[in-house]
Amino acid sequence: MATTLDHSGPPKSGFSIGKIWTDKKSRGVIIQVIAMAIFCAILFYLASNVVGNFQKLGKPFGFDFLNQPSNYDINQTLIDYNSQSSHGRAAVVGILNTLLIAFCGIILATILGFILGVLRLSPNWLVNKLAYCYIEFVRNVPVLVHILLVHGILVHSLPHPKQAISVADKFFLSNRGFTMPQPLFQPLFWLVVAAFVFGIVFAFWYRRTARIKQAATGEQSPVFWVMLASIVGLPILAYLLTGLPIEWQVPQQGKFNLKGGMAIKPEFIALWLALSLYTAAFIAEIVRAGIMAVNKGQSEAALALGLPREKTMNLVVIPQALRVIIPPLTSQYLNITKNSSLAIAIGYMDIVATIGGISLNQTGREMECMIIVLSLYLLFSLTISMIMNWYNKRIALVER
Amino acid sequence: MDTVQKYTPGEHPDLKPPIGQTGLLLWLRKNFFSSTFNVVLTLATLYFLYLIIPPLVKWLFVDSVFVADSRAHCRELGTGACWGFIGKRLGQFTYGFYPIEERWRVNLAFVLFIVATLPVLWDKMPWRRNLLWFSLAFPFLAAWLLLGGFGLEPVATDKFGGFMLTMVIGVTGIVVSLPLGILLALGRQSNLHFIRWLCTGFIEFFRGVPLITLLFVASTMLNYFLPPGSTFDLLLRVLIMVSLFSAAYLAEVVRGGLQAIPKGQHEAADAMGLKYWASMRLIVLPQALKISIPGIVNTFIGLFKDSTLVIVIGLLDPLGIGRASLSDATWQGLSTEVYVFIALFFFLCCFGMSRYSIYLENKLHTGHRN
Amino acid sequence: MNLFKYAATAATTLALGISVQANAATLDDIKSAGELKCGISTGVPGFAFTNDAGDWQGFDPAVCQAVAAAVLGDTSKVKYTTTTGKTRFTALSSGEVDMLARNTTWTFSRDTDLKLDFVGVNYYDGQGFMAPVDLGVSSAKELDGASVCIQTGTTTELNLADFFRVNGISYEAVPIETNDEARTNYEAGRCDVYTTDASGLAATRSSFDDPSAHVLMPEIISKEPLGPLVRHGDSEWADVVRWTLNALIAAEELGLTSDNVDQMATGTDNPEINRLLGSEGDLGAMIGLDKAWAWRAIKAVGNYGEIFDRYIGADTPIGLERGINAQWTDGGLLYSPPFR
Repeated sequence: MATTLDHSGPPKSGFSIGKIWTDKKSRGVIIQVIAMAIFCAILFYLASNVVGNFQKLGKPFGFDFLNQPSNYDINQTLIDYNSQSSHGRAAVVGILNTLLIAFCGIILATILGFILGVLRLSPNWLVNKLAYCYIEFVRNVPVLVHILLVHGILVHSLPHPKQAISVADKFFLSNRGFTMPQPLFQPLFWLVVAAFVFGIVFAFWYRRTARIKQAATGEQSPVFWVMLASIVGLPILAYLLTGLPIEWQVPQQGKFNLKGGMAIKPEFIALWLALSLYTAAFIAEIVRAGIMAVNKGQSEAALALGLPREKTMNLVVIPQALRVIIPPLTSQYLNITKNSSLAIAIGYMDIVATIGGISLNQTGREMECMIIVLSLYLLFSLTISMIMNWYNKRIALVER
Repeated sequence: MDTVQKYTPGEHPDLKPPIGQTGLLLWLRKNFFSSTFNVVLTLATLYFLYLIIPPLVKWLFVDSVFVADSRAHCRELGTGACWGFIGKRLGQFTYGFYPIEERWRVNLAFVLFIVATLPVLWDKMPWRRNLLWFSLAFPFLAAWLLLGGFGLEPVATDKFGGFMLTMVIGVTGIVVSLPLGILLALGRQSNLHFIRWLCTGFIEFFRGVPLITLLFVASTMLNYFLPPGSTFDLLLRVLIMVSLFSAAYLAEVVRGGLQAIPKGQHEAADAMGLKYWASMRLIVLPQALKISIPGIVNTFIGLFKDSTLVIVIGLLDPLGIGRASLSDATWQGLSTEVYVFIALFFFLCCFGMSRYSIYLENKLHTGHRN
Repeated sequence: MNLFKYAATAATTLALGISVQANAATLDDIKSAGELKCGISTGVPGFAFTNDAGDWQGFDPAVCQAVAAAVLGDTSKVKYTTTTGKTRFTALSSGEVDMLARNTTWTFSRDTDLKLDFVGVNYYDGQGFMAPVDLGVSSAKELDGASVCIQTGTTTELNLADFFRVNGISYEAVPIETNDEARTNYEAGRCDVYTTDASGLAATRSSFDDPSAHVLMPEIISKEPLGPLVRHGDSEWADVVRWTLNALIAAEELGLTSDNVDQMATGTDNPEINRLLGSEGDLGAMIGLDKAWAWRAIKAVGNYGEIFDRYIGADTPIGLERGINAQWTDGGLLYSPPFR
């Protein structure tokens, strides 16, 4: 390799070994081929070690254990499951529980984070500083400690089911969780669902036409109220018209627990709260930075144009702030999903606790179980990234 | 105008501003009672604080017991927190099971750690250049001090625990992952397709899965990837996983820094005839790294907090020490005290680091950012 | 600079020990390393805990200490590796530890499918239930609809699922990682009943402010023989651990204690004691050790009864009765094969 500067211009024709290396293109090819060879060699080495180890220990490799009965119970399941169900079904229960906590966590964390972010910008000194203290304290303590603490506080401070805090004897809050009436859907209920779906479709169609109309004529339509009416009002109307096709199974005091109804377990509540409170502190900072990043001149210009204050916020400040907010927000959403794996610390049965925990333990199939868990998390992460990237692209600045 | 001006310029006596336009009163009014909504907000906040603070202070300080021999003893002395337990086990919480007569080595390593980090973090440090060499040598020196050998009593890694383990994981993670992260970031920006593809795959994999599953891999599966019959120290396996994990995050931080460098800088380096590595080393990386330091510090804070997760594979970080200590029948049932104590420790460390990162951000703000 | 770096790197690598384990026998490896790698739990009251000085103590570490005394002559030459329910078997089969002495139930599939060898039983346990007296429940069969705290990663949850299914009653499982958290949850009323091994229940019950407010139910729903285990395929090493455990059990039967073992070692008129302590014949050589192996083990940790009384017996806060863990001569299940 030449150490002096190369002033000779384009490479001359003719072939020599040295030139292959000096030429940028062929050097690139060589480096890549070598890298690929090393990569393949490492892969082969690891694979052969795995095979050798499995042979030495006499362990089989395969996913047929997924069909065997799991023999353990899971306390919160979104689908039918009992101890006679297979390990595969236990894995599905775990996946759904992970998705549930991630989904709920993302929503609550976003709401709390935006509120906190706005409070942080509040002119009220007390509120501002309180939000600041909260954010700093929560951000700087490991999320695992939060989860354990929140769970401990919930379980210790809420009353026993017998003395549950109840609202109208229908909703109960105790240290066994939050119990509420369970809806039992009657045959006509499908009409309500249909009304809901239709309402959404109609709302978006209306918004589209309203925009086109505004672009053409400058006339504005009451988009928000019409959307609200069609998405919320229509199903309610359908519900009333079809003669209230939901029966509620109200929880009753049983010998040990509240019987009947739907119960949200304290483990879920603790994990949900802890993850949301923790992530909300990060989101608050992101929101604050996003709003502060919008030049003051922007809102001043909008006000000078005669836009009212809400419209300035909705049409000028927030769209610009969102551009700054979305990318870091995406990674916070990913963090919630990944941090939900800490559920194992308090016994919420997510995917790590079912297939990566008890199933792994009972069958001794570490390799298979961990492959399943890792690839599922990758799938979740990539999906969330893709959705958020799509959204980010939609709102991105269109540059000339 | 003329009728108004009664003083020659510069001779106007200083008049007091109207009452309520200055000092405490103005501050109070502006901050707390500027509108009805604000008044409500202030009162609600004060009430909230009134609900939270007194019982907390009572539990933490007033009713708590600072010296006790057992949980039962604690309960006799007071109804609040039982800090006597923490006091009795402070050595374990700090050093794990590190032999008592060798603990000076951990202390020394910690002092040296501070000496080694100062020149990195503070650019006005006297003799900074010479001390930076010491910073480079520090990881090896620390490894020697902690592990022993060469004249020191060897200490096995299973004796590591408590806050010392947290520090070991955090510092090793950042030291190993920084160069690795830079290489990955460069690889992800590379023109060579296969290299780019490889680095992107690596980064996305490690960023896509939770650390806890990687730790499970380290503790249950990694041995299968080694030649049959060979084993690996568990702590070393964990350190490798943690380093790879944080390298993936650092790579993204550094990539952000690289992308912030204007293209002109690359082009100027090319025009100077600098080869790839030379232009990176001399032109691009110094600028890119400088602006990514706040991000690097934040990654380190995250890594530091994540080190608590090693408890799930049976390493005894502070939480693990707490758990093992709570199995002692004389102290059973004091988990809240343990959590609060650990939360406090992490808060102090991480808050300090985040202050530093903000200070840096402000300092760098003056530079090129367009 | 470079030289220093290389030297330091080499030193780190050596010290951290990326050791390629030769295919030689485990016993030889332990002797040449001068250290016994023993897997224990992360903490079970009485069975494994750290004392105020930070040393591992308890009923399970005592087995490690006995083996270390027999093989290496020093109870301090044990390297404890804490393992969780999930990591314990991999740690053993990968060679990270030489033996496991943590509350592990001897089951068919663990012995065969997981390629492990149980060498004996140091505690006969069974899964029981504990509930507050106020609950007014006298049998586990009355627990329809109750919330039950269980420790995960053990055989407990399988037994529980079977028990409730067979009896056709429903329950809410509250899976919890460690004994201490289970205790906290139970005390706070998160669950009505706590189920784990009866020894663990007794230990937990004893740590409550008012133990008499809690009652253990009569049902023992499973057999939980807990014992030390080693890797499959190294019978010599398995023999060493097995017979060290047996020596501790036999010592109690023969009346050998850590106090009188020195005096007995000089020779007695009981030939079995003489063979065990090495004053007659050479049993040690048959398992690759010297004559005084059993003497050292008993001297260091005491006989089975002494270990039991020290960590979990009636005089400790744990307060377990000997029950079925008494010698066979006292109507228990402990029965060491003869030393002959």
